[in-house]
Amino acid sequence: MNTIKTDLFITLPEITVLCMAMVILILDLYLSKKNRLLIYGLAQLTLFAAAYLVFTTHTPLIEFAYSNMFIDDTLSDVLKIATLIGSSVMLVYTRYYMQLRNMFSGDYYGLLLFATVGMMVMISGQNMLTIYVGLELLSLCVYAMVALDRDNPKATEAAMKYFVLGALASGMLLYGMSMIYGMTGSLDISTIADVLVESQSHSPVLALGLVFIVAGLAFKFGAVPFHMWVPDVYQGSPTAITILIGSVPKFAGFAMAMRLLIQGLYPLVADWQNMFLMMAVLSIAIGNIAAIAQTNIKRMLAYSTISHIGFLLLGIMSASLNGFASSMFYVTAYVMMSLAGFGMILVLSRKGHEAEKLDDLKGLNKRSPWTAFLMLITMFSMAGVPPTIGFYAKFAVLQSALQAGFVPVVVFAVLMAVIGAFYYLRVIKIMYFDEPESMVPIDAPLDMRFILSLNAIALLLVGLMPQWLMNLSAKAILQTLQ
Amino acid sequence: MFNNHILSLAIWVPILAGMMVLLVGNDNRACLTRWVSLVGAVLAFLVTLPLYTDFDTAQRAFQFQEGFHWIPAFNINYHLGVDGFSVPLVLLTSFTTVIAIIASWEVIQKGIAQYMAAFLIMSGLMIGVFTALDSILYYVFWEAMLIPMFLVIGIWGGPNRVYATIKFFLYTLLGSLLMLVAFIYLFHRTGSFSIVDYYNLPLTLNEQIYIFIAFFMAFAVKIPMWPVHTWLPDAHVEAPTAGSVVLAAIMLKLGGYSFLRFAMPIAPDASHHLSNIMIGLSLIAILYIALVALVQKDMKKLIAYSSISHMGFVTLGFFLFSQLGLEGAVVQMISHGFISAAMFLCVGVLYDRMHSRQIADYGGVANKMPMFAAFAVLFAMANSGLPGTSGFVGEFMVILASVKFDFWVAFVAATTLIFGASYTLWMVKRVFYGDVANKNVSALQDLTKREFMLLTVLALFTLGLGIYPDLITELTQTTSAQFLNHMATSKLPVAGM
Repeated sequence: MNTIKTDLFITLPEITVLCMAMVILILDLYLSKKNRLLIYGLAQLTLFAAAYLVFTTHTPLIEFAYSNMFIDDTLSDVLKIATLIGSSVMLVYTRYYMQLRNMFSGDYYGLLLFATVGMMVMISGQNMLTIYVGLELLSLCVYAMVALDRDNPKATEAAMKYFVLGALASGMLLYGMSMIYGMTGSLDISTIADVLVESQSHSPVLALGLVFIVAGLAFKFGAVPFHMWVPDVYQGSPTAITILIGSVPKFAGFAMAMRLLIQGLYPLVADWQNMFLMMAVLSIAIGNIAAIAQTNIKRMLAYSTISHIGFLLLGIMSASLNGFASSMFYVTAYVMMSLAGFGMILVLSRKGHEAEKLDDLKGLNKRSPWTAFLMLITMFSMAGVPPTIGFYAKFAVLQSALQAGFVPVVVFAVLMAVIGAFYYLRVIKIMYFDEPESMVPIDAPLDMRFILSLNAIALLLVGLMPQWLMNLSAKAILQTLQ
Repeated sequence: MFNNHILSLAIWVPILAGMMVLLVGNDNRACLTRWVSLVGAVLAFLVTLPLYTDFDTAQRAFQFQEGFHWIPAFNINYHLGVDGFSVPLVLLTSFTTVIAIIASWEVIQKGIAQYMAAFLIMSGLMIGVFTALDSILYYVFWEAMLIPMFLVIGIWGGPNRVYATIKFFLYTLLGSLLMLVAFIYLFHRTGSFSIVDYYNLPLTLNEQIYIFIAFFMAFAVKIPMWPVHTWLPDAHVEAPTAGSVVLAAIMLKLGGYSFLRFAMPIAPDASHHLSNIMIGLSLIAILYIALVALVQKDMKKLIAYSSISHMGFVTLGFFLFSQLGLEGAVVQMISHGFISAAMFLCVGVLYDRMHSRQIADYGGVANKMPMFAAFAVLFAMANSGLPGTSGFVGEFMVILASVKFDFWVAFVAATTLIFGASYTLWMVKRVFYGDVANKNVSALQDLTKREFMLLTVLALFTLGLGIYPDLITELTQTTSAQFLNHMATSKLPVAGM
């Protein structure tokens, strides 16, 4: 049994972030508007410190804390570091945007850190309650952040929609968990798995519980047919919040799927595999087809997210180590791409102008060839054209699905990817082939441009050398599932 | 020391040169940009020369092989090598890039650095396609190559460029993604992405047919074969001159080459099984597309259709399964590379002066540009297959081979000697001969030194290859004999295994 000291030690990164979030909230009261930059610095520092702690406390062993409520394995460490770095990159992208729009306050940074804690807890949850608590912490913070720009009716509407539907999904998840608990007598993930294997039970209650859990999960992912909120919320939220919804939480979502479905409910794989198959195929189809009709970049990226989620589910659906590792690679690639994509919108926005319309990208190559080039890489990566990371992500997922014997599904996904390529190409067309509407110079601070350049170039470099990331994913998955 | 890395050099020298151009070049330093590009292209051409001089024509295995593990997680290797089919195509690629750079010398005034860099990078990627022996490596080059061409047509193209370039990209992407599925399937059968491993894998007829169809989708679009050819006239008409040159001279060959590298040797039984369909499609391309070319009003469109018709000979030669047909097809690929490049350059020469590609806008050009007319007529003759030019050799070999196969196939194929001559020479007659048609034509100036040099070089190659085709057949002999040998061996799994 662990002592309290080891328990605390294992959860040190979470505790650090949590304490700093509270410090930031209090500090905010005493700081004048001018000195708010201090808060930004503190938040960045916190994220780095937490990432550093996760990294240094990493051991090759699987450790549990708080009576098996909390797990610390390679999977959780990798995902946490990715989440923390992703959040930090996001803060760099959003700082200037928030400053220009009078939203640069302790609220934002405090909420963001709380949300980060939520994600970290989800990633490490080894008990249904831990996972649920983490999820709620994340969701509640994000609901509030969407509404941060109070005077914006669109944002308020998006927040309301997101909150109502999100609460419904949480409810479904919780309901499903309660049924599983009723049938297995435990909330602990590994105990549930053991009981299910032993009893070989196929009771309808179990199946119903599974359906609710999958529905709740699909909702959080934004997979079809639980995707209705995604475009509205993406479009309505301030871009600085959209980038949050659309990027790092996917790591936590992936972890949640791994913990609940693979570690816990794997004995029911035959049941959830079909559900995932349907959701994956529908997401890929609807995401790609609906994206064509969009004129708003954020809305387009929302549908693009749905299709990416479809590919992600395809990997999980393959139900093999290979497939899970591919999904993990995919989610990393996706987060990198969406950070770059939304980062680009933030770079192009300026005071009193949201670069939301596709037309805002017109002639970008003439205004700023370098920015256009970065967006070019991002779009080709999203379309899955080699030698970018997006290609290997799709490649890995497709080969795992093919290995599992789903040949028609793979062919279908590939055809849909061609449709997807069309709207990514349209963005490139607008940037490179059209004449600019105005030659307003791009107004973005240097640090933001620098990180964005790194981000987009990374899409290309990791594409040329995907080996280490693939190995890392495979290693993490292997350790957790052994 | 570099002797073991000639292929890598052939790929990466132009790509690095392209990046160099992007770094140092811009429109204010146009002259420097152009010279850096030219030096890069010439350098890239020079490093490919040892492939010709040091190639061992008697050896059956892949030569100049090199490689390292690239993505061990999926057993993907950076593995390069060439055989008799790929060497001439690699040389054609690096040579054509020099031509393309010189052809764009004064024509391109905006975004010079990006334009030149696109051609250099594209050249490296295309050589990568011709030399990759790992299917994923091949696929990466194959797809990546689309990006520069997409931009070249889209940025520097004609009025309808956006439609043309997106059509070009999506057509190719659709085909190639199915090819990717085939690769992944083969990977699960062999545990490797190595092409050589695929050659030895036994497959049932059904499997072979599916795989063949997946490859067919990718390569038929590229060649292009009827009925998936419609992107080509659009792309050619809208592309800038150098874009058309590269498209016709090299990109179309990628499809032909890939049939030899993948579709046929991996699925030999399916190739035999489906050969009648393939021959049928080739004949439709040869005959029907030639008729379509006859009625074109736009010179570039006419040459684009003529390209499709000529590429019909390539696929016809492949699926006759005879040495003569196969070698004829390879010669046809190379010769078409030179002739179509020259034809598009000729149209470019006129377009730069008159800004029109319509045949009706011209007439009597020979009176004002005698030197140019001489070249144009030579290339037109070569295009219609005049003996003594390279255009004759390939077509004649393929027709001979098809006579042995079936008289009527040969008969239909041979009609091209009539139709090819009609559409080409009729165009020449309307553009070059007769009285000076209008004021614009009477103001035409004859070739500049730069244009003269370009066309001279191409004319020499066209004639040289026509008089002494051994330049190429020597390279391909052993490889094609071995290829036919391989094709004749069934890959169906032995019963009871």
